[in-house]
Amino acid sequence: MLTFLIRRFLQIIPVMIGVTLAVFLLMHLIPGDPAQIMAGEKADEAQVEQMRENLGLNDPLHEQYLRYVGNAIQGDLGTSIRTNRPVVNEIFDSRIWITMELAFWGTVLAVVFGLIAGIISATRKYSFADVSLMVVALFGMSMPNFWLGIMLIYFFSVNLGWFPIVGWDSWKHMVLPVITIGSGGAAIIARMTRSSMLEVLDNDYIRTAHAKGVSERLVIYKHALRNALIPVVTVVGLQFGTLLGGAVITETVFAVNGIGRLVIDAIKARDFPMVQGAILVCAVAFVFVNFLVDIAYRLINKRIDLN
Amino acid sequence: MSDLNKNKILEVKNLCTSFFTDEGEVKAVDGVNFFIEKGKTVGIVGESGSGKSITSLSILRLIQEPAGKIVNGEIVFKGENLLEKSKKEMRSIRGNNISMIFQEPMTSLNPTMTCGEQIAESIRIHQKLGRKEAKEKAIEMLKLVGIPSPEKRVKQYPFELSGGMRQRVMIAIALACNPELLIADEPTTALDVTIQAQILDLIRNLQKELGTSLMIITHDLGVVAEMCETVAVMYCGKIVEYADVKTILTNPKHPYTIGLLNSVPRHDQVYDGDLPVIKGSVPSPFNLPKGCRFVSRCPHAKDICHNQLPELKTMDDGNQVRCWIHTESWEKQEEEVASNS
Ligand SMILES: Nc1ncnc2c1ncn2[C@@H]1O[C@H](COP(=O)(O)OP(=O)(O)OP(=O)(O)O)[C@@H](O)[C@H]1O
Ligand code: SF4
Ligand SMILES: [Mg+2]
Repeated sequence: MLTFLIRRFLQIIPVMIGVTLAVFLLMHLIPGDPAQIMAGEKADEAQVEQMRENLGLNDPLHEQYLRYVGNAIQGDLGTSIRTNRPVVNEIFDSRIWITMELAFWGTVLAVVFGLIAGIISATRKYSFADVSLMVVALFGMSMPNFWLGIMLIYFFSVNLGWFPIVGWDSWKHMVLPVITIGSGGAAIIARMTRSSMLEVLDNDYIRTAHAKGVSERLVIYKHALRNALIPVVTVVGLQFGTLLGGAVITETVFAVNGIGRLVIDAIKARDFPMVQGAILVCAVAFVFVNFLVDIAYRLINKRIDLN
Repeated sequence: MSDLNKNKILEVKNLCTSFFTDEGEVKAVDGVNFFIEKGKTVGIVGESGSGKSITSLSILRLIQEPAGKIVNGEIVFKGENLLEKSKKEMRSIRGNNISMIFQEPMTSLNPTMTCGEQIAESIRIHQKLGRKEAKEKAIEMLKLVGIPSPEKRVKQYPFELSGGMRQRVMIAIALACNPELLIADEPTTALDVTIQAQILDLIRNLQKELGTSLMIITHDLGVVAEMCETVAVMYCGKIVEYADVKTILTNPKHPYTIGLLNSVPRHDQVYDGDLPVIKGSVPSPFNLPKGCRFVSRCPHAKDICHNQLPELKTMDDGNQVRCWIHTESWEKQEEEVASNS
């Protein structure tokens, strides 16, 4: 396990180089002169030159990159043009935690509902419950986030008045955004769990468990689920990435001040250091979550040990 | 009679198990009768698809519903009909009073549980032992089935074991709670020849030691010769011959049994060319012959065989045969043929 951890951790290094390179180049891939764009259309020549100097854009590209990475490692992601505060503070003071909260509860909702629905469906194959759950899951998968968000607001906030429309102050604020962001994942996990479970239930060792006198419940939760989870865990990891993307839309719909909205606002204001910083932090979070998922995967599936 | 009944650990009466498929009903087991005496061994032989596994799964009521169903019969275990038991009562019998070893050692163990956990599980369910005692018992069982360094093996996962070792673990699971009846469904078919002999020896020694009754399913007459006292030969879901092992091996009555026996290579005979095999193949379960099910492959078949299914008839020596040859009708046919020509 230890060698696995070390090896898996070393694998992160090239990924991080790729991520930082992509984020760094973002600045240079924008058509036109970044200094001019950031300084604004009305800026005069001297102001643009000043901006170029501040950003170090006159240095060779590789030096700029190394400086960028060096600063990033020390926790310096530059200064926001819009607010003039360090990007790191803008992100970590509150924004990222709100998004993490949203993403975390979204994942919890996706996993809990997805697993329960998948297990019910698989153990009652072709029953009314199975068919209705899978139809709902199909809807959940094909419904765009913004549309679901708007519908939820329309029914539960505007019509029924059960939940506040916007903001992020109490658990009541969280309910609808979490449903919006988690439903797609719940649907995918439900379908995945169902098919994986059905496949596992057909195995010889399930018959062995029955022949030993193991109860129906234990056969499902101890013998079948553990094996059925192996492919599901991978999906959960990937789902977290989609979730971060979904956060941008969900936060916009519900006016939640998370990192997704921060990115949108920064793009609108051409605050490139801010955009870069936010994307980098999200990418690192994604890589880290996948690292955790790999460890979980391995704990469930001991067979990888041999390979 | 009552004495005889006391000695019967299991009696299967008129067992009928069917599968209901899109193409129609498959009568996988069709009116099977046999019994097993305490401490004795019964062999079930027959070609692939004759209903051997379905018979054994029916005994433990492990047929997967709703596709399959026991549609008729009685399974009397120690005087009680298992088909009348509740699900809960059945669970307390499985793995405890009646255990089963399966055909496929490579896939019959759970890949995500250690061998120890899998043995300990049935001990904990049926003997209500704690985690620690169950684990100790698991190590003891591994030792009993001849697995070296059991303290190490108990922590290993099935993928770390060879096929022969896995089958030993299966046997350890099956015998963990000292069952009165062990059903072994082709326990050695998937293994190498040398390992086969070891596993059979193991089963036989443990059976003697523990006094277990044994039902062994096989299509290998060598296994029958070594292990069984009584043999039931199955063909297309029906028993065609049911006799003591000596009769089956030296003086079989049914043409199918004779065919099976002739297709076994014997070292005291010289063959010029191929080994004799039973010609033709097993008829489709959707299109069984009206009369004797063996009729399309039988060298002796006559009109009556095509038209009427023979009964399983008890002979003077107590053995049973399902064939027109061993009835009075057969001679009548002969005479008719003779007088006609
Ligand atoms: N799930 C199923 N659905 C439909 N028919 C089935 C099913 N399982 C078994 N059968 C039928 O039951 C018959 C008997 O099967 P069974 O597994 O008992 O054969 P067997 O004698 O054990 O053969 P083998 O030597 O190959 O193990 C088969 O011919 C098949 O047609
Ligand atoms: S009944 Fe007729 S066909 Fe069937 S085995 Fe006997 S002789 Fe052959
Ligand atoms: Mg079989």
